[in-house]
Parts: sequence; C-alpha cells; structure tokens
Amino acid sequence: MRYLPLTETDRTAMLDAIGASSVDALFTDVPSDLYLNGPIEGLPLHATEMAVEKHMRKLSKQNLAAADAAFFLGAGAYKHHVPATVDHLIQRGEFLTAYTPYQPEIAQGTLQMLFEFQTQVANLYGCAIANASLYDGSTACWEAVAMAARVTRKKRHVLSGALHPHYAEVVRTMAKFTEDEIAGAKVSLTARPDDDGLIARIDENTASVVVQYPDILGRIPDLQKIADAAHAVGAKLIVVNTEPVALGALEAPGNLGADIVVGEGQALGVGLQFGGPYLGLFAISDPKMVRQMPGRLCGETTDADGKRGFVLTLSTREQHIRREKATSNICTNSGLCALAFSIHMTLLGDKGLKGLAAENHRLACIAADRLSKVPGVTVLNDHFFNEFTLIFDADARQLVRDLAEQNILAGVSLGRLFPNDDCNGLIVAVTETTTVEDIETLAAALEEKLS
Amino acid sequence: MNKPINQSGWKPGTPVASDGSEHPTVTGNKALMLEEALIFEIGGTETCGVDLPETPTDLPSRLGDFARTDGTGLPGLSEPETVRHYTRLSRQNYGIDLGFFPLGSCTMKHNPRLNEKVARMPGFADVHPMQPTDTVQGALGVMNELAHWLIELTGMRGVAMSPKAGAHGELCGILCIRAALEARGDARKVVLVPESAHGTNPATAAFAGYATEDIPANKDGRVDLEALKERLGPDVAAVMITNPNTCGLFERDMKAISDAVHEAGGFVYCDGANFNAIMGRVKPGDLGVDAMHINLHKTFSTPHGGGGPGSGPVVLSEALSPFGPLPFTARTDDGYIHLVEEENADEYDHTRAFGRMTAFHGQMGMFSRALTYILSHGADGLRTAAGDAVLNANYILRQLEGEFDAPFAASGPCMHEALFSDEGFAEGFSTLDLAKGLIDEGFHPMTMYFPLVVHGAMLIEPTETESKDGIDQFIMAMKSLGKRAKEGDEALKSAPHHAPRARLDEAQAARKPRLSWTQDEG
Repeated sequence: MRYLPLTETDRTAMLDAIGASSVDALFTDVPSDLYLNGPIEGLPLHATEMAVEKHMRKLSKQNLAAADAAFFLGAGAYKHHVPATVDHLIQRGEFLTAYTPYQPEIAQGTLQMLFEFQTQVANLYGCAIANASLYDGSTACWEAVAMAARVTRKKRHVLSGALHPHYAEVVRTMAKFTEDEIAGAKVSLTARPDDDGLIARIDENTASVVVQYPDILGRIPDLQKIADAAHAVGAKLIVVNTEPVALGALEAPGNLGADIVVGEGQALGVGLQFGGPYLGLFAISDPKMVRQMPGRLCGETTDADGKRGFVLTLSTREQHIRREKATSNICTNSGLCALAFSIHMTLLGDKGLKGLAAENHRLACIAADRLSKVPGVTVLNDHFFNEFTLIFDADARQLVRDLAEQNILAGVSLGRLFPNDDCNGLIVAVTETTTVEDIETLAAALEEKLS
Repeated sequence: MNKPINQSGWKPGTPVASDGSEHPTVTGNKALMLEEALIFEIGGTETCGVDLPETPTDLPSRLGDFARTDGTGLPGLSEPETVRHYTRLSRQNYGIDLGFFPLGSCTMKHNPRLNEKVARMPGFADVHPMQPTDTVQGALGVMNELAHWLIELTGMRGVAMSPKAGAHGELCGILCIRAALEARGDARKVVLVPESAHGTNPATAAFAGYATEDIPANKDGRVDLEALKERLGPDVAAVMITNPNTCGLFERDMKAISDAVHEAGGFVYCDGANFNAIMGRVKPGDLGVDAMHINLHKTFSTPHGGGGPGSGPVVLSEALSPFGPLPFTARTDDGYIHLVEEENADEYDHTRAFGRMTAFHGQMGMFSRALTYILSHGADGLRTAAGDAVLNANYILRQLEGEFDAPFAASGPCMHEALFSDEGFAEGFSTLDLAKGLIDEGFHPMTMYFPLVVHGAMLIEPTETESKDGIDQFIMAMKSLGKRAKEGDEALKSAPHHAPRARLDEAQAARKPRLSWTQDEG
C-alpha cells in the first residue's frame, strides 16, 4: 500500500525487537470475541491512485459547477475570482502539512501569517483585535452571543429577523442548552430593514443585539442607531457580515458602534466548496474584552536573542488549560482558510479591495436595473451592495429548480431559507465574476417563465 | 480609525538583530534561511497584486448613507512580492512533508496529494451549498458514501456529518445525549470524565450545561471500573471516554463500562481522537459506545493546515440517531440522494433533531479528501494502517523504556502512542528542554505535559506513515537527549540553537499582549 512505508521485513524485525509474535498479538486488550480478524466484509478493498481518481471524478461530474452556469447564488457563500497565486501558496507543504503552532520556534511561518491576518481582519472590521479565526460565520455568531452573555452577565439576546436563518438556528440550538433567551423575529419583506422594530425589542435585560450587515436580503441596516439603543441599556451590539468584500465599499461596523463583529471570510481566497471548510472571523472593539474572547490569538514577542517573533498567547482562556472553565470548547481555528484569506487580501491591499467592491457594486446595479424591467418583477431593496431580493408572484423555489435545468443558477429562494415563514422571493448575488451576458440570460429566462 | 501603514522606517536592507552567531550577516539572512518583514512594513496602500477592471468612480451608488469613509489602511503587495513573502514564511515552518511529528493524540500522518487533487475538482470545489439538489447529486454522493464507511467502520447506526472539528463533534454528541435524555423527561446533571481526557471533554460538557466530575484511574492507566460503577446513578447523563485512552492504552473493560452506564440510564460518549489505532480492528459500536466523533484530519489524513480546518463527523447509536442535528443526507431506493433540512425533516421522520450545528452542510472539502483516502486504503488497507501505527508505537516504547521512565510499560502492549515521564532528569531540567532539543535534531517535539496524570508527560505517536529507518533515527535522538537531560547538559536549557528563532518569550507575550500591528512597531 503506497501510504505505508513498513515492509514485511521491517515488521518482522520490529516484532522481534519487541518480543511479539504478530501484529494481532499487540491487540490482546481488545476482547477476542469483538476483534476483527480480517477486513470488514461488504466494503471495497484498496485501490490504485488511478482507480480512486476515476471514481471521484465521476462523482464530481454529477454536480453542476458554478463556473459552468449563469450563477447568482449568495446568501452567505459567494463566488469570487481567487487568484492562482493563492491556491499555489496554500499547497506548500510547510503550510498545508504543518501542525497547530504550539512550538513557535519552528512555526514562525504560520504565526507571522496569523499576526498579519489578525491585523487585516481588525482593520477590515474597524475593530481593535481579531482572533486567529473560528470554524465559520455561523459558529462565530454563536460564540459572539456567548461572549456577550459572559461580559454583560445577562442572558437575553435580540436577533434581527433578517439574520441569516442558519446563523439564527445555530444560535437558537446552542442557547437551548446554555439557557440563554433568544428573542427572534420573522423576516419582513420591506425596502429597508426594520431598525426601529429591532430597537423596540431591546430592554434592560438584553445582553446582545445581533444584526447582519448587509442583511440576508441584501439591505443595509443603520448600525449606529442600533448601537446607540443597545448601549443605552448596557447591551452589546454584535454585527454579522457574510460578505467581506462589502467592507471595501461600506463603512466598517467597528466605526459604527459595533462591540463584536463576526463574519464569514469565505469570499476571499477560500472558494465555495459546497459550504465548507469556511472561515469564521471574530473581532472586538474594546481591547479590554480580550480575555473573554474565544479561540486562538497570536501575539508578538521576542526570542532569547532579542529578535521579533510570534506565539500563540493568552491561552489561559482556552480548553487545553482551563478545561471546564474555558471561554469556549473550541480547540482549533481555520488555519489554512485564514491563510488563503490573508494571501488574497495581501494581493488586493486597500486599493484592490476598494476596486473589487466597486466592480461588484457596479455589476449589481446593472443587474438590479435589468431584472426590475422584467414584467412582474420588483427589486425589494432601496439599498444594497452586491446582493438584493427580487419579488414576484411565482414560487421562487420551483423557479430556481426549473432554471437549473437551463444551466442558470438563479439565486437562493426565500422558501428554502425560511421554510416555516411562508415568504416568497429570490435573493440574487452578483460579483466580479458575473458577466453582463449572465445577467441578460437570467433576465430572459425570468421573462419567459413569468409571462 | 485605521492606522497608517509602514511608518516604522523599515526598509529592505535594514540590518535586523544579529543572532550572535560566528559569521553574522548584515541582512540577518543566512543563505536559505531568509528573514521576512511583515506585510505592513513592505507593502503599501497604493500597491495591488490583482488586475481589476477600471471601474469608473463616479457611478451612481445604491449604498445609501453607508459608504465607507476611511480606507482599511491595508497594504497590498505585487504578485511576485506576495509569492516571495509567503514562500519565505513557509520555510520557517516545520511540516509533515519535511519530517516527523511524534504528536501523541494528534495523529499527524502523511497527507496524500491525490486528496488535494480531488478536492479541487470543480464539481466539489466550485459548488454552492444552496444549489438545487438535482445539481449536487455528486457532492451529496460523497457525503453519503463517506457516511456509509464511517458507520460500517464504527458499527454504529447513523452519522451527523456537519460538525466542523473534533471539539465541535464532541459538542454535537453530548447535545444528542442531552436531547435524548430530555425526550424521556430525564434532567440529569453530571458528565463523568477521566483525568487523562483532553481538555475539550470537560469544556464541551460545561458548554452543554453539565457539571463534570473526574473518573478515577487505576495504577495501570485505565479507568477504575469499580470506582466508576460506584459513582454511577440517576444524576449521571454520560461518561466521556477516550479509547484507546491518552495514556496509549486500550480500555479493556470498555464493554463492562458501557453496560454499567447503560444500566444506570446514562450514555457513553467516546472521544474518537485515537480511532486510528483500532480502525478495522474493533468497532466502537460493539463496545457499547453511543456517540463518537471522528477527526477526519487525524484518522483520515486531511491536512492540519497549521491549525485547521478540521472536520468532526459524529457516529451515533440506534438510541441517539433520531436526535442528530440537521442537515443530513438520505438515499431513497431510486438512488436519489435527498438533503434533509429544516423544511423536510418530517418527511424523513427526523423531527426530533436537536437543531443545527453550523450553516450549510459541514466540511465538504474534507469529506472529498477523507473519502479519497479511505477508498485508496480500502477495508484491508485501513486495518493494516492501524496495525502498523500500533507496531511503530510499541517499537518506540520498547526501544526507549530503558532510557526513559515509562509509567505504563507493564500494562501490556500500548496502542498508537507511547507515554514517558521526566523522572530522572537532572535538577532544573524539564520535558520542555528535551522537546526543544528535539527541534535541533530535526524533529517536531512530541506532545508535552499531557496527559496530566503523568509528571512531565511526553506522549509519542508515530502513526503508520513513518518508516523504520526514520523511527530508528528518532530513537537515537531521543536516547541522546535523555542522557543529556539526566546529565544536566546546560546547552539543552537554551535549545533550540538551529531553528529560525531561539526560545520565544511566551510570558512577555501574555503580559503585554500585542495582537495586531501598529505603526509604533520596530
């Protein structure tokens, strides 16, 4: 077997050295009636590289890849162009096959990258400190809620109805077990987010207010107004962002009163990957809260020769030190995805991010204008960045399925996202990868289906 | 507001602190070992390594009053500078491609490149999680096929694929247990955890709302069955066991433990971190386990990536399967694979799901890699791999037990890892010193100071992908370091001497945290 270096000669010599008669004899502690004396029946045996590749290619071909369709899906996962440099660099074995950097003398590559990443995320979000990443945006959202409960010593959390429903579901799931109270709301299909309705639900017992920016429908809430209302009663404002490219054009949440900013970093460097692995971003405005943060943190220090170097730090917050008293049970970050994000962000820089955001917004405006001309279709949003919601009479869920047969992936239907809320509409995302031809293809298909 | 960039005065060619070596260089570089500044010191906000369309700046905007007023302040680098920056950084890292990671409980095995090739096939890499089900039958097929393997290998009933890492899987399993108990109106409060458990176990139990209590161990490094039986009662929700355990031993009494826990109305959670030792040799389901997470990044060779992403599917017993979280896949007789989410849970009789662990469906990029690896090995290869992993560990245990104290050497063959203590080291010499000495010898240090049940623990896991010659060289290095630690060789206390950095001051980093770059650097 190509992954196993030991030869039969090696095995015999090693068994002799340890005084065992066979490899099976090393498993004497396993009850003999439960020990498997041969390969599990009914499962295939080993296969060549060529055969496995062929099998997996066949499975791969049973999917419609985004690049082969007119593609308009967003809702928390975005198709952007990832420069070839990114994937080349993350496949360097020293990054790909490295362990968590607990031994800093031989992990400065990962550690310096994480320090740079943390600074990039903090600046992007307009925050003071970012961690070294979490699993994904939805789990980061829950960790922010849990942290707000720790910091405020309160247990009621007010969720915007326009928070990504999966994020809300993750929060609700975890809160059931920690006995936090989640005050949710139904999503309302209005041209602007219902900021006043959200503010009206904040009370003295509120630990956190969770609002998405831009929200699930692509609308842009007035964060400063919500922050002021939250802070007036000692609550923390948690802002969720699922599209980091938007922050090349939109004001940073940290500059608008957010206390904790979390989000999904997949849009930069990571790719779609059918939903994972993704990249949870987590940052705070007030450095004093750092000891309540979840996840890994990388910090700067010096070595015994006085040279600058980096280490994982403040680990007394973490499970491997504090066990049941830790700030979170999280034991990893999303290292390689953080690296991909960081490389992409380094290639872009401030200038590139602004340019990329401008191009996304330009094409989204073209799409909104064109699609609103389709009879029976209206664009819900007054404002948006690169994603907006279309309203029409036909069942959007079925329409998406029908259009997929023409290689048009038209968007994400509200019916699929909010199955219990009986709402109908289509969330359409446009990025720099969308062409004017794609927009025309979608518009023509809608005209045909809705006539 | 954001800090301006590159105010530190650093320029290429500025000498950095010399390391006092015999032949200093003005750049601080040493031939192939090149120092690399931070992007904030070499990039600028005018530089961009990506060619973008010239988007006019005077277009009407739909951003309302929310346009960004400041920049991010982030520097860009051109493409060649970017490649060089990250390539130089990478060379300051140790990785499996370079050498041996004897990391107990972490199973750092070879990462096959076929896995990487497959994961990048467009049908897996370039697919959106919310596409219509008809257009992602292959991706769901990977999930379904992998789920089948995990269920068969563990002898369990169902599997929750969505957890994003091992600890996330633990949480998922414990939440299934809590949901199952609540479904029968049973509000138990306590989870029992052995002292030798990973820190994630008690942290997970606490996050799921449970108090934790230690399970005592007996002298041979295994759970004390009689003491456990005595503690069991109507308040115990679950016992979290790691098997093989973190002392590297198989819990001989596992079946009896499970029977006792079940009889007392509780559930058995197994931490699957060490499944590599027993895959294809015994099925956890046959040992009475109710839930176990599987680390695809350990057992099934998906890359650690310098700290994630991992993937931690959870296999579940008959009793727990109905409570597993959404989403999951279901194959119908016509061969079609359905994605079961909130909207259609009742169609698949899955209304008792405890909720959702994450957005979307889990770590697809890891599923395709893990399935590729599993198919390469097949049922026979996985079984052989477990055998080789155990053989390598026993070989290390027996070769080193003369040089180092091995507290459980008499407890029978070890499984995938061998445990040693620092007993006999000279005054003032620690496991840390020995570990840093190992760096100079060209190895990544072993797991140190874990498990907590052994003083100055050194936990060594070779995995099956190390050759005999490689292990012999490691044994030689360990013997030499053991002698030096016992003799009190002062040079060991300042090791490593040949790494890109000397020992780093971790206390200073925690005392005065500097967690992002500011302009007063340098």
